[in-house]
Amino acid sequence: MALKAVNGGDTPFEKKSVSGPSGPKPRPVVSARNIIVYGTLFVAAVYYLIPLYVMVVTSLKGMPEIRLGNIFAPPMEITFEPWVKAWATACTGLNCDGLSRGFWNSVRITVPSVIVSIAIASVNGYALANWRFKGSEFFFAVLIIGAFIPYQVMIYPIVIILREIGIYGSLTGLVIVHSIFGMPILTLLFRNYFVSLPEELFKAARVDGAGFWQIFLKIMLPMSLPIFVVAMILQVTGIWNDFLFGVVFTRPDTYPMTVQLNNIVNSVQGVKEYNVNMAATILTGLVPLVVYFVSGRLFVRGIAAGAVKG
Amino acid sequence: MTGQAKAGRPFKLFRNLNSKIASIPMILTAMVIFLGGTIWTVVYSFTNSKLLPRLNFVGIEQYQRLWAAPRWVVSIENLAIYGILSLIFSLVIGFMLAALMDQKIRFENTFRTIFLYPFALSFIVTGLVWQWILNPEFGVQAVVRSLGWTSFSFDPLYTSEIVIYGVLIAALWQGTGLVMCLMLAGLRGIDEDIWKAARVDGIPMWRTYLFVIIPMMRPVFITTLVIIASGIVKVYDLVVAQTSGGPGISSEVPAKYVYDYMFQAQNLGQGFAASTMMLVTVAIIIIPWAYLEFGGGRKRG
Repeated sequence: MALKAVNGGDTPFEKKSVSGPSGPKPRPVVSARNIIVYGTLFVAAVYYLIPLYVMVVTSLKGMPEIRLGNIFAPPMEITFEPWVKAWATACTGLNCDGLSRGFWNSVRITVPSVIVSIAIASVNGYALANWRFKGSEFFFAVLIIGAFIPYQVMIYPIVIILREIGIYGSLTGLVIVHSIFGMPILTLLFRNYFVSLPEELFKAARVDGAGFWQIFLKIMLPMSLPIFVVAMILQVTGIWNDFLFGVVFTRPDTYPMTVQLNNIVNSVQGVKEYNVNMAATILTGLVPLVVYFVSGRLFVRGIAAGAVKG
Repeated sequence: MTGQAKAGRPFKLFRNLNSKIASIPMILTAMVIFLGGTIWTVVYSFTNSKLLPRLNFVGIEQYQRLWAAPRWVVSIENLAIYGILSLIFSLVIGFMLAALMDQKIRFENTFRTIFLYPFALSFIVTGLVWQWILNPEFGVQAVVRSLGWTSFSFDPLYTSEIVIYGVLIAALWQGTGLVMCLMLAGLRGIDEDIWKAARVDGIPMWRTYLFVIIPMMRPVFITTLVIIASGIVKVYDLVVAQTSGGPGISSEVPAKYVYDYMFQAQNLGQGFAASTMMLVTVAIIIIPWAYLEFGGGRKRG
């Protein structure tokens, strides 16, 4: 407000401080435009945050409090009992050892699946980018088109193949399935990345007599850290969150966490323990959430890159 | 690279051998799983396989039964409602959020984190949370009633007519963040000068968006559309977690139909026919897109 008086310049001895306008036109902090922009964003943010809030709040309440109060009320008495129960003793069909079993199954599925799928796809993308052979583009096209085919169409033939090999229902089978269905998008990602690297590098290495694997290991790999990180984020979240393949290709004692979670919450018998359910839900969502919060920007870039080109 | 070794090699097959070896997983996946598996399923959809796949052809009988089944018809209707609405809403909401985020706002990272975090969560988690929030005894309905409006009714998951909209709410919560992210990337790719020119010409902001910016973002819109659309056809986990297809059969979707017939009802033929119909649906979406993008002589500049 004081500035206005200065600009007005009515009083002679204030004139000195006015040395002409410079810099960009100052924007008032409170304007109709800002109120609309921030107001809308704030309301939207609340909508997106409410489920997280409800999950956390519910998981910290005891059952009597849940029956009494509404789901948005903060807990009067914080208890971690539901968390312990969800992790260690909740019943999923046959066994009653909570989500812990599913958690370790998911770890044992996700870690090898991520490593195998990225290893295959990176070599594959490299071959496609730098060592094209007759037909390679055709196979690649089939692979990419295949990514759009609903999984339901291919599930049963895979069941048969896995059964014939004798690994149906085992974690190995699921790892193979994840590697197969991760291949299109990952191969595309790696191929596009390797194509974008300067060709001179590759040519120079060839002139020096380096072969297929040498160039890959000594030149391409060290330059591709960013794309590996992106691929890893995509795969970790994708495989951890998978439900369909888990339910089709595993048995109850090898169920991943998502399948177990669904069984805990949607089991018909007994009183529904909403607090345990919500604790279980948070536990299941925790790994991808941690990946997301830790990798922040990379996750965003990964989705944008993987998607815009896909 | 292949050209230099052209002359005088006896076995063409061994040229670029390492590259071919490295591509074996891809070739196997593409040809055996994707192509082979699809053909296999389509072929067996014309048989009367029950518990085990059997090559006993019965023509289009499975398809006739499929379309005569009320549950399948409901599934298709649900998919149509859910699909159209989630396309429209996620594009509109996603674009509007992106446009707001593009106004050089403060705390952009915070807002983006908040909008996008649901995308990191699985559909199972999403479905279970919204099942809880929309629970009429404890959730939104109970809260509004306890404020004094005792006749207030909002229980989408327990009313057959509107259950699919309850699923839609959860789906939008999970997916709009991604759309926003893609749109924001698209908006950032547009030259600042275009905005300046529009401002100089005195064109109002909404008209600039509608007639200049959106047409320029065509590729982003198309990819987003394809991503959303192929996700819609596959929707399965969300329904399983949120409603298990109920009440009754009112929130069934095709993907769930396929799963139930293949692995629970042990009526493989029905499952194959239903999944073939899903394949046809996707083809209807993808082929025009592929034609626009890659065929038709590339009209884009």
